[in-house]
Amino acid sequence: MDSFWEFLRHVHDAYGINLVHFYDSFERGRLLKGMLTTLQLSVLCIGLSILIGIFGAWLQGSRFRVLKTLVQAYIQFFRNTPPLVQMFFFYFALGPLMPRVVNDYGIAQPMLGSFAWAMISLSFFAGAFNIEIFRSGIDAVQSATVEAADALGFSRWQAYRYVILPLAVRICLPALNNNLVNLVKTTTQAYAIAVPETLFVASQIWSDRINVLEMMITLLLFYLFLVGILVWGMIRLERALAIPGFGR
Amino acid sequence: MQANAAWTPDQPIVSVRDVHKSYGKVEVLKGVSLDVRKGEVVCIIGPSGSGKSTLLRCINALVGIDKGSILVEGQEVHDPKLDKLELRKKVSMVFQQYNLFPHKTALENVMMAPILVLKRPKEEVEAQARRLIKKVRLEGKENSYPGELSGGQQQRVAIARSLAMTPDVMLFDEVTSALDPETVKEVLSTIRELADDGMTCILVTHEMGFAREVGDHIYFTEKGVIVEHGPPATFFKEARDPRTREFLSQIL
Repeated sequence: MDSFWEFLRHVHDAYGINLVHFYDSFERGRLLKGMLTTLQLSVLCIGLSILIGIFGAWLQGSRFRVLKTLVQAYIQFFRNTPPLVQMFFFYFALGPLMPRVVNDYGIAQPMLGSFAWAMISLSFFAGAFNIEIFRSGIDAVQSATVEAADALGFSRWQAYRYVILPLAVRICLPALNNNLVNLVKTTTQAYAIAVPETLFVASQIWSDRINVLEMMITLLLFYLFLVGILVWGMIRLERALAIPGFGR
Repeated sequence: MQANAAWTPDQPIVSVRDVHKSYGKVEVLKGVSLDVRKGEVVCIIGPSGSGKSTLLRCINALVGIDKGSILVEGQEVHDPKLDKLELRKKVSMVFQQYNLFPHKTALENVMMAPILVLKRPKEEVEAQARRLIKKVRLEGKENSYPGELSGGQQQRVAIARSLAMTPDVMLFDEVTSALDPETVKEVLSTIRELADDGMTCILVTHEMGFAREVGDHIYFTEKGVIVEHGPPATFFKEARDPRTREFLSQIL
């Protein structure tokens, strides 16, 4: 491996292609840490936003008008405002209102840091879309199938959990796939509240090392790869969930 | 539904009294009454839109009623305080379009409700489900998904699924209407076996031959009322009402 890094260093010296973020162990270290942060943020946001989608769609089918209205208000708010503004709102407006806790160095700081706020705001943002996506799947489940569950004595939650949701998920998987791809790409916004994720670290490196073009290309390839893995996984999931004689 | 002390098996197991039901401005049932005794097979016939399916849905409270009363084993079905689960254990329903759960195998379709709703142990339920699959002559199809089965096979799985709840009364809502003539027979013979076993059955059907042969009592409905009823021997031969006669002449 070391000889490969040496080779890259040589490429820089000989041809001026500056891949310092690979061959320099310090830059490589912080870039990898940034990528890891992106990965953590992505996985947590995907999980949380799917949970929001599942429970939001369930609440939308509730008998209580108040609950339905609340869910609708949530969707309208998070779908129709810019995600960056939402993140600023959470971090700069809500963040300072949180109780302060004393950290390991004896300094009082807000309870939730920038990573936590990025995670919350992105999950709420993507969750709003996920509710609509799951609802479209639920609407497509035949009411006769649901009636059968009712006639067999399933409670409303049992019918949702064991019949409606499994069928709805299969129907709406392609739409969910799209939204999750968008979510992973939108994690770069956490840059704006100084979460040390990939874009943030990359911009630090290109400011220090003046290798903007190389860094940008690295960034684009990284996201292409990351989203590629997600899409591949989702397609695998779609195949695994396919039911003989159902759907296509 | 608590065990009703007043009800004894010699009284009607299902008793429908002057039931009215409207969907919006359309009055679908305009005062329907009928009695079903334990072990009886009752067939409801009549032109489409006469309220037959709605009546079945009212009997197991899938839809509410506007007026009247429906007693199952002496218990008012449309009592707001009724525990619907108790009713579901007594009355089960088979649908025209089978309505199987497409993401579950035949065996799982039969097992789901006893496990989730009746909270019975899985091993016991599985053994029972395999027996029921065998009973409806679908041995070997346990692991097939509904999409891999023919209409008649799906309908028989649906019957097994209903039986798994060990109901006292079974409702059949035009269960052969979506099937081709070949497979109608296999489903009808399954129902006939149930009737022979003493299951109380209420069938909405267009199969006159079957109604005549298996039914203990025939009801003819039109425009939301019961026009005429009687045992098949007299009903099919000596229908008095002109509306019944006209319907029968078109069908038979």
